[in-house]
Amino acid sequence: MDMDLIANILFATIRMGTPLLIVAIGELVCEKSGVLNLGQEGMMLMGAVVGFMIAFHTDSLTMGFIAAIVAGALMSLLFAVVTMQFYANQVATGLALTILGVGLSGFIGRGYVGEALSSVDFQIPLLSSIPFFGKVLFSHDLLVYISIGLAIAVYWFFKSTRAGLIVKAVGESPESAQSLGLSVLKVRYLAIIFGGSMAGLAGGYLSLIDTPLWAENMTAGRGWIALALVVFASWRVERAVLGAYLFGFMSIMHLVLQSFGLSVSSNLLATLPYVATVVVLVLLSRNQQRIKLFAPMSLGKSFHSAH
Amino acid sequence: MLAIRKYCLFKVLIISLLGLGCATGALAKNHDPLKVAFVYVGPTGDAGWTYAHDNARLYMEKKLGKKVKTTYVESVAEGADAERVITELARAGNKLIFTTSFGYMNPTLKVAKSFPDVKFEHASGYKRSKNVGTYFDRVYQGRYLTGMLAGMMTKSHLLGYVASFPIPEVIRGINAFTLGARAVNPKAEVKVVWVSSWYDPGKESKAAETMINMGVDVVTQHTDSPGPINAAEKKGVYAIGYHSDMSVYGPKAHLTATAHNWGPLYTAKAQAVLDGTWTSEDVWGGLSDNALNLAPYSKTVPKHVRAVVDHAKSLIANGKLHPFAGPLKDQSGKVQVVAGKAMSDGEMLGMKWYVEGVQGKLPK
Repeated sequence: MDMDLIANILFATIRMGTPLLIVAIGELVCEKSGVLNLGQEGMMLMGAVVGFMIAFHTDSLTMGFIAAIVAGALMSLLFAVVTMQFYANQVATGLALTILGVGLSGFIGRGYVGEALSSVDFQIPLLSSIPFFGKVLFSHDLLVYISIGLAIAVYWFFKSTRAGLIVKAVGESPESAQSLGLSVLKVRYLAIIFGGSMAGLAGGYLSLIDTPLWAENMTAGRGWIALALVVFASWRVERAVLGAYLFGFMSIMHLVLQSFGLSVSSNLLATLPYVATVVVLVLLSRNQQRIKLFAPMSLGKSFHSAH
Repeated sequence: MLAIRKYCLFKVLIISLLGLGCATGALAKNHDPLKVAFVYVGPTGDAGWTYAHDNARLYMEKKLGKKVKTTYVESVAEGADAERVITELARAGNKLIFTTSFGYMNPTLKVAKSFPDVKFEHASGYKRSKNVGTYFDRVYQGRYLTGMLAGMMTKSHLLGYVASFPIPEVIRGINAFTLGARAVNPKAEVKVVWVSSWYDPGKESKAAETMINMGVDVVTQHTDSPGPINAAEKKGVYAIGYHSDMSVYGPKAHLTATAHNWGPLYTAKAQAVLDGTWTSEDVWGGLSDNALNLAPYSKTVPKHVRAVVDHAKSLIANGKLHPFAGPLKDQSGKVQVVAGKAMSDGEMLGMKWYVEGVQGKLPK
């Protein structure tokens, strides 16, 4: 294996992991506040289709991304209203949100199938011409760096800010949080909308940068993988990042090993990313006591305020 | 007494209703359009397999005008869900139902038994009954031609194939593509990557990128999304599409595509039902029946290359060239088809080995 190939593999790993990373970070924040939103796939698809439509008409990727974020946020707002205001079951509502997103995105995107955006190549000047590292680290699109920045910000948010502590408190014990004078609803609304925005952004990444086109159901289950990542990462940001890239790496290796002519069942190879990611994250968090510490206590439960 | 009278009244009512029914039935024969339904496995907006079927439905509507009325149900999961949908469509008065995915085979046969006066057409299956016919197109003919094109356009002599699942239909395509390429370029070899999915734009494009990184300079696919075309465009190499013209996804990369052309077949089948001449049969339409075609060549394909491919195309359509004519060797160099003989349809339908020129081993 020559260096060039390794560089290409690592490059592709980051590209593959980025949308997962973005969704997982968003859902992680949402779950930390005690809300389980299974609608990631639906929100991603809405982000993907709306982002594509706007970028197509305005010829601007920035506008496309803003639209994708707004679309994801609006979807999550719907989820928030139904679960927070009407106390609907979070699991059922999340599933409904996914189904709604799949159908609605297909419906409004009907006229955009077969249209294409010109693909963009974003490279950091100078740095990207460094051999090997230039290719692996400095020749990605802007969103890759934004997603890493985002992960660091969320890590810092939970580790050393008061606001992060409030979100955690609301997720652990909404009753206590409320008795301390914190607004559980407000915190959860914000967390849900942040999660939706991230899902929308990740959807936009798929339809605007990764494969600049709109096709129905193009997320192909990535929302579900991200949901699983959050759990296996035991709600820790750094593990979610690791899990996302690991998943990306194994997905790429599945393809690379084959083009080397390895005679292993391709179906078996295709399960590798799932198996490897689960195994590594389970190993990391094999201490049951510690997992319990990390899982938000009130996750998935509706909160009825006392008054 | 009262009971008997009531019964009589009931009978009269039934008989008159039946009479009315017959009368309107007779009228309907001349005026009501033939109701035709389609069951799709994917969304009509998949830009691939289902998209091609839906285009054919629209083609049929255009050709037959008011004589037909079509409906479709998209994204129907194979299995129990399909059975429910097909039953509903039959019950709704559709007299001709196209079920367009392999996994609909058994549900179609099962439903067909309960609706003997409804005709069913199942794509890509091999089981038929009195009112269930099957059909498919000879995609391998198009694969052979696009293989020739790729063989002439490549500089690295290395071609890439993004594949879905190792079933005979897909293997046949890989082999035909390889044979076509090596017919014009004996140095050409084909790399195959299986993505274990029919539809995943992200994964398909990464598979293509991986092969391009390893020196492949023409990519083709047996998956349903335009992902590979997109990857080729980004990397500045060539691509050949599948299902329909995919040139919008890679204006510079896209050379041509093997495109299904179900329209004429669907129209003919509906016309046969209208005329009362429909029979259950297996149609495996090829270039000669216009059941498939190549998408328009891009500007980058030079004249002499077009001429070679077009010539081969007319030979195949006339039955003078068979892509799987001997001598054919498998990967180990063993002769599988002797010179002077060609594979039968049955042999092609069960193909489970790679021809010489395909790299890597066939996954089991």
